Amino acid sequence: MTAISDEKIPNNVNLAGDRRLQRALEAWQPSFINWWKEMGPEGFQAKDIFLRTAVSVETDGWAHFDYVKMPDYRWGIFLEPKKEGRTHHFGDAMGQPVWDEVPGEHRNMLRRLIVTQGDTEPASVEQQRLLGQTAPSLYDLRNLFQVNVEEGRHLWAMVYLLHTYFGRDGREEAEELLARRSGDRDRPRILGAFNEPTTHWLSFFMFTMFTDRDGKYQLSALSESGFDPLARTCRFMLTEEAHHMFVGETGVQRVAKRACELMKQDPNGDVRKHGGIDLATIQKYLNLWFTLSLDLFGGEVSSNAADAFGAGLKGRHKEDRYSDHVLLEATHHMHVLEDGKVVEKDVPMRTALNEVLREEYIKDCQRGVDRWNKTIREEGVSFEFKLPSSRFHRQIGMWSTASFTPAGEMISKDQYEARHDEWLPSAADEVYVKSLMQAVTEPGKMAGWIAPPLKGINNLPGEFEYVRL
Amino acid sequence: MDPTSFETHPSRYHHWRLTTDGDLATLVMQVDADHPHRPGYELKLNSYDLSVDIELADAITRLRFEHPEVKTVVFTADLDRVFCSGANIYMLGLSTHSFKVNFCKFTNETRLYLEEASAESGLKSLAACKGTTAGGGYELALACDETVLVDDGSSAVSFPETPLLAVLPGTGGLTRLVDKRKVRRDRADVFCTVAEGIKGKRAKDWGLVDAVVPRSKWDETVKARAQALAGTVTHKRGPAVALPALSPEVTANRIAYKYVELTFDRDARTAAITISAPEAAPPADLATADLWSLRAFRELDDALLRLRFNHPDLGMITLRTRGDRALVLAHDAALHASTSGFAKEVRLLQKRVLKRLDNTARSMFAVADAKDSCFAGVLLEVALAADRFYMLIDGDKVAVATSVANTGGMPMSSGLSRLAARFYGTPAAVAQILARGAEGPIASEEAEELGLATIAADDIDFADELRIAIEERASLSPDALTGMEASLRWVGPETLETKIFGRLSAWQNWIFTRPNSTGQTGALTLYGRPERPTYNFTRT
Repeated sequence: MTAISDEKIPNNVNLAGDRRLQRALEAWQPSFINWWKEMGPEGFQAKDIFLRTAVSVETDGWAHFDYVKMPDYRWGIFLEPKKEGRTHHFGDAMGQPVWDEVPGEHRNMLRRLIVTQGDTEPASVEQQRLLGQTAPSLYDLRNLFQVNVEEGRHLWAMVYLLHTYFGRDGREEAEELLARRSGDRDRPRILGAFNEPTTHWLSFFMFTMFTDRDGKYQLSALSESGFDPLARTCRFMLTEEAHHMFVGETGVQRVAKRACELMKQDPNGDVRKHGGIDLATIQKYLNLWFTLSLDLFGGEVSSNAADAFGAGLKGRHKEDRYSDHVLLEATHHMHVLEDGKVVEKDVPMRTALNEVLREEYIKDCQRGVDRWNKTIREEGVSFEFKLPSSRFHRQIGMWSTASFTPAGEMISKDQYEARHDEWLPSAADEVYVKSLMQAVTEPGKMAGWIAPPLKGINNLPGEFEYVRL
Repeated sequence: MDPTSFETHPSRYHHWRLTTDGDLATLVMQVDADHPHRPGYELKLNSYDLSVDIELADAITRLRFEHPEVKTVVFTADLDRVFCSGANIYMLGLSTHSFKVNFCKFTNETRLYLEEASAESGLKSLAACKGTTAGGGYELALACDETVLVDDGSSAVSFPETPLLAVLPGTGGLTRLVDKRKVRRDRADVFCTVAEGIKGKRAKDWGLVDAVVPRSKWDETVKARAQALAGTVTHKRGPAVALPALSPEVTANRIAYKYVELTFDRDARTAAITISAPEAAPPADLATADLWSLRAFRELDDALLRLRFNHPDLGMITLRTRGDRALVLAHDAALHASTSGFAKEVRLLQKRVLKRLDNTARSMFAVADAKDSCFAGVLLEVALAADRFYMLIDGDKVAVATSVANTGGMPMSSGLSRLAARFYGTPAAVAQILARGAEGPIASEEAEELGLATIAADDIDFADELRIAIEERASLSPDALTGMEASLRWVGPETLETKIFGRLSAWQNWIFTRPNSTGQTGALTLYGRPERPTYNFTRT
């Protein structure tokens, strides 16, 4: 019993007094460390990284900064403190006390929700495991690792729920979370988007901007859950997710800023000539990752979504802002594909909840894109990034059965294929972007394709040695 | 909508792709969402409805007759993560009770045919489940000789019917789990209540599948197992005979085939089936699709299906035969004397059609009321399948006759011959009839004495006797009659088949009418809708 202690595993779930959880973690924790060493960031496990660790849920406790070697990172278990008297505030059980234990009726659905969410966390670490070797700066390298260890902690958060509330099944599912591998033909991760490797830093920034933002909205919807431990877990996770999106949004912003600077330097505005990533190429990666992330919300019309809401397991983003929390009469006006045509239709609200969440997400993405465009404007360059239509390049849901332009107009599959490279990264784009990826390891220095950040981590200067190599 | 036709051909399939390569055949399930049996729902995720199953039944029959070289058929799907997600739930929700029952019965019959093809014809089957295998999808797999499931960390076999829809896996699934695969019943209980199913090693350990195979070894493993199955086959098959379309002439009150005629009297809620004897002696080479023994029974089969699906209001069926008794007996003799695989296939087809007749939930009276009535041999089985048999007394002119076809080769689902079922507990009576039959035709009065005819009456009484019986029958509750007839027809022992039709299907049909599944707040009604079901928790 060396690994399992409050000291090693910071927590606010009374680990020291919970024999069931101790027993489960004794078996799982070594597997997790083995997984981390095998599938975590390649080549930096023995290095000191300046990382943020959550050691308590108090304001001064969730962001404790220090140098730490990643395998020694103290992955903790934190739930937002319990609010007594909380009741179901949506679904069929409105007004009744929330559940502190898993109701048998919803056990399988809940387990599926938790496993699906949990599976994305280690998946993204696996997808990003080679990026450390090409980081554009120590600042970015440290941010990558921060994101990675926090994804690891999010895995712990979901595993805590499985261990504590789902008995033997839960322990088996927790093992499975470590057994699946992103992109593995035999044991792939559950969701398609988490099986594509993140091959370079532009994709990493896009991933943290768009895909982690899906995570934000999923966690937000789950943080409304009538299964109180899930709600409390997700609320705490959301505080960490914000940093990931910050990494993504500022990352792309810095790449765009650098592109603008290089455009102005070159008489023909040729960014690639000077080793930058031109805005048009960035737009293609935006198109790719935004649409991959849209798929993660699931089918536009979904009985699973209706069930999860009706059962009180998964609400809407910021459920409190709405007035109707039962949604049996309400409808959602949306575009649907019928007989090969895009038409507008009123869909029963509960079955449209995936789409409702997706629409909230799209608005949030748009706010980030607006900030990028502001940066471009401030650089005096005339260019605007645009989010493509949610019908474009979809692999899940009703739009996946037809082809659409980024503007959302239906076209034939042949037309789509013919213009693919105009809208999405081509093989040549991918080769070019990868060619720029050379590690910069001197403190304070930046790769030529990206502008420096406005400020450092935890108010430290840019030349701080965020990673001791 | 148009009446359902059960005739199709691989060249016209919407939902399956049938290919053969040496002794292996592949049936790829590729359900076309836009071609459901009728409008109102889409067949997403390889879910199936009657149109899909009609093609499946056609494919299996054609493999037996047209591809005798095939020893193993591999079922697979062209979707990446889904094998088959079972019967389409929206279709069930939109269907009448009668349609649902007949749909389940038909799909059950098809899966039993698959098992029969393996046992009797040496056509083995392998379900290659490379993805979600849910509900009816897993039931199809259960009907195969072997099931392999991809081990990808997410693909599972499952029966979500009870937890999700408040109904049963009604296509034999529950029965085959414990009776065929011999899954421990407590584990089966767990399995049947976990909507997401069971995957990977546990699916194998519990006996739900025969093997779990990683994606990287999938193709080679499936092929090797299919070939190993083929290697176990020693049956003699063929020669190949292509099955032409029957193309009956269909009018408002009549469906006419070459040998079978079906007429309707809608006001009286009755239908009449008349089967004609062959016009000539059997040909020297039996291997032709025009052979009476094959053609007439294919026609009867098609007529029964049309009757079930397209005419639910015709509850009372009379069965008549006409033609030369001796020619029927000659065809029986030739068919049973032949050692060819084709002849055996025809005998098996006759057996299946007679079972379909047993299994048709309509009151059936066989009627021998003319001197060219020919309830002989295999056609005597038709009379024995009926609930009652009325014979006109007209000296020696109206008579029945036995043949080798009555000696046990055409068993009912119970495994009993129809004679053995009729004289259950009195095997001497069966022996007596077969001995007497060997001497020549048995006229009406003697047939009644021997217990073959229910009622024999002379021309003064016969017409009234029959008319009153039919009118009385047509006036009784169809529900009670269905239950009564089913209980009486399957006298004797239980088999997998009788349990599927008599226990599983009967419970399913009851559940289908209960508010917890199909009431306003029932789970089947509300599936895919925003509301969640509420149950009445009272138990019987």
